[in-house]
Amino acid sequence: METVEKKFRGRHLLQIADLTADEIMGLLNTAYKFKDVSEREIKKVPTLRGKTIVNLFYEPSTRTRTSFEIAGKRLSADVINISTSSSSVTKGETFKDTVLNIAAMRPDAIVIRHGSPGAPAYAATIAGCSVINGGDGANAHPTQALLDLMTIHEKKGSVENLKVAIVGDILHSRVARSNINALKMFGADVTVCAPPTLLPHGVNALGVKVTHNIREAVADKDVVMMLRIQTERMQQGLFPSLREYSEHFCLSAKVLKSARPDVLIMHPGPINRGVEIASDVADGPYSLILSQVTHGVAMRMAVLYLLCGGAES
Amino acid sequence: MTAAAKTVLSALEMGRTMARMAHEITEKNPDCSQIILAGIITRGVPLARRLADKIKTITGVDVPCGSLDITFYRDDIQSKGPDLNAGRTDISHDINGKTLILVDDVLFTGRSIRAAIDAVMDIGRPGRIQLAVLLDRGHRELPIRPDYIGKNIPTARGERVRVKLSETDGEDLATVVEGA
Amino acid sequence: MSNGILIQNGRVIDPSRGIDGILDVLVKDGVIAEVGKSLSASGAKTVDAEGLVVSPGFIDLHVHLREPGFEYKETIATGSMAAAAGGFTAICCMANTKPVNDNASVTRFILEKAAAVDGARVYPIGAITKGLKGEELAEIGEMKKAGVVALSDDGRCVMDARVLRHAMDYAAMFGLTIVEHCEDEHLVKGGIMNEGETSARLGIKGMPAVAEDVIARRDIDIAAYLKRPVHIAHISTRGAVESVRAAKALGTAVTCEVAPHHFTLTEKSLEAFDANYKMNPPLRTADDLAAMKEGLRDGTIDCIATDHAPHAKWEKELEIDQAPYGIVGLETSLGLSMLLVREGVVTLPRLVALLSTNPAKIFNLPGGTLKEGAPANICIFDSEKKWIVDPAEFVSLGKNTPFAGKELVGKNCLTIVGGRIVYNPSNL
Repeated sequence: METVEKKFRGRHLLQIADLTADEIMGLLNTAYKFKDVSEREIKKVPTLRGKTIVNLFYEPSTRTRTSFEIAGKRLSADVINISTSSSSVTKGETFKDTVLNIAAMRPDAIVIRHGSPGAPAYAATIAGCSVINGGDGANAHPTQALLDLMTIHEKKGSVENLKVAIVGDILHSRVARSNINALKMFGADVTVCAPPTLLPHGVNALGVKVTHNIREAVADKDVVMMLRIQTERMQQGLFPSLREYSEHFCLSAKVLKSARPDVLIMHPGPINRGVEIASDVADGPYSLILSQVTHGVAMRMAVLYLLCGGAES
Repeated sequence: MTAAAKTVLSALEMGRTMARMAHEITEKNPDCSQIILAGIITRGVPLARRLADKIKTITGVDVPCGSLDITFYRDDIQSKGPDLNAGRTDISHDINGKTLILVDDVLFTGRSIRAAIDAVMDIGRPGRIQLAVLLDRGHRELPIRPDYIGKNIPTARGERVRVKLSETDGEDLATVVEGA
Repeated sequence: MSNGILIQNGRVIDPSRGIDGILDVLVKDGVIAEVGKSLSASGAKTVDAEGLVVSPGFIDLHVHLREPGFEYKETIATGSMAAAAGGFTAICCMANTKPVNDNASVTRFILEKAAAVDGARVYPIGAITKGLKGEELAEIGEMKKAGVVALSDDGRCVMDARVLRHAMDYAAMFGLTIVEHCEDEHLVKGGIMNEGETSARLGIKGMPAVAEDVIARRDIDIAAYLKRPVHIAHISTRGAVESVRAAKALGTAVTCEVAPHHFTLTEKSLEAFDANYKMNPPLRTADDLAAMKEGLRDGTIDCIATDHAPHAKWEKELEIDQAPYGIVGLETSLGLSMLLVREGVVTLPRLVALLSTNPAKIFNLPGGTLKEGAPANICIFDSEKKWIVDPAEFVSLGKNTPFAGKELVGKNCLTIVGGRIVYNPSNL
């Protein structure tokens, strides 16, 4: 029996390591071109005409889902969104069955956001189409790392030897993990900064410098990436209060003074104003937070183009 | 398997051919201020630049000249797969109502020109689109006819036509190589 | 069968009496009648065991049979037959069924079901506390009368040290050993795999080794204080092995078991996010694995137990944090354990002791010996047989194994329980 699995010769994007450095450079080049498209009157190219992309989101997400949706539509693909609230997930269907049912409708790519690490990787083994990891637990968020790379690359021209600090809840952050992998691939020097309770045990395996002092983390940095802190972590006993967290780990204008004068401030969003980032810093001249969002669409267009543009060899 | 390359345009012939094409463009478009040249990436871009220079010599008019990338408009993405080396479409002038002349090195099946027309239409609405090619080797698969042809060269389908330009390849030379 | 079974020319290994030689074994009336050279018995069924090992049947102190309550995962019948296929003649089933085996009626139910099966003997382990809640003692005396051989809340740790203390004292009155699942549940909350470099890289919630270390240490200290025995289930950390070693040196009545996956696999296997590598205790580091082998070599670890934990296919296909812990082990135990012999960790007679003689002693079970007059619980296995693990061929309903497709060396050929041949697929 001919199955969709047999025909599938495409590929997946589950983690940064699925891409070579050359491919990432190609994605950057392509994303810049798609950024141009997004700035035109007609923000659309016919590249993925006739392709179907399903956004399967098991966690609430505005930014990533919308970003993938716009990216797909600007490539002329048909994009369908399925979120837990409107699917059979709430009726108790297993993840496998949901993926197989979507796969049976023959999409060309499924973008999966899931709270469980490895869920997209498992889906990739059964879906018979490209699977793109839209964020899985604390494991990986490769398209976020790629759009962050683009944002840095656009401003700095190169990532090599840049000093980058990632500040916040490293333990639970897929954004941190994917960014560390991508930044290290291009020779950046990465420091992570968090209270010890928000760093993974075995953090040395990540190949980064570690500090618990935000001034030390920010000093002489070219790029400072802030991560969102969730109040849920407080209930887990990982820190006593938002006020105390903020006192030690908030990026304020004062703390920022020790960074390089041309420092770039990034945040994957949504930001907690006054908690991990001071309002004036978030809105300040160094902030690239909205630029990241713009690049999100362009980079996801590049990723969809790479994965869905031509599956038959 | 190395087949002999047959020269179809020498550097000298290429220069003369381009000059003639520039003249034809000015003849067909009395008001050169309405022209925008769009070179199709890669080799259409320096060719468009050269035509603009020659038009300037003939008429004194500075014709705007840009580059057009057709990567995302190709109809063979499915078979050839994605290409991450797309060039940058850069046509800074408003093309609405203007005469946009597409410039390419070799016209073959016509599919690239179809893609280029679509790409142009997504940027704006030119009054008319014309097509200038250095070489027309035949074998059209779409109803596309150039307005300006440098040289018609009869080829077999399997043969390869190679255009080298000093800007991109260090020399001006057009050759035909027998297919392997 | 009334005329008995004569097993000829096998390599007879009986660690209980230090026997290792080419001998015959005669089984009559359900017991070992004679072990010696060139035996003859008219009318007896002869089994040619040349080139094979004749061993006291294996005994597994730690299996989950899932019945009552989870018969879609495994039943007492399928588990008992799977055990026989793996060379086991006795298995001890954990109490975490539904309902929990925390009272005599459940114990009797299990034994009634088991009596109807022509497989390995089934010895129920009773719960330490009612409903495995770690609060009130289960009806230990009544369960003992009904037939439990040990007590455990396995799957959960008795977190309240006071409860554990009373359980040890109370169980001693009935000669029952407490079997502890050593794991500080607060330290491992929500964990999926061993906490360390791999979990840090993968962003998977970790279960630190120290969660096992501290409870093993606590339990040993309490056992030493009370002068009561304690058996540590599925030991998996270097720290716990070292605590056991130190306690044994001081004369504490502590014993422990290790599961084959803990001396063959490490946490790195989780990189593919395959739930068949998700177990509790989790797969640990290469250093812990080395500590397991050291413990097996020097006798700190008393026996091998599979922690056979069958689950339905669909359950293991859930997201890794949703999928249940555990793998099946009864039919791969010998093949995996033979690695210890091939790597020179233990000799073959010592492996037989780890699989049979020692576990019999720990829970004081019949078997584990080929002594004349002992029940004829025997397995005959081919220590050189190469085979590929194919879960589809498992007798167990559980196909959840990370070893599918792997080549193992060493396979059981024939199993005799109480003098009856219960497994003999190649008609020896």
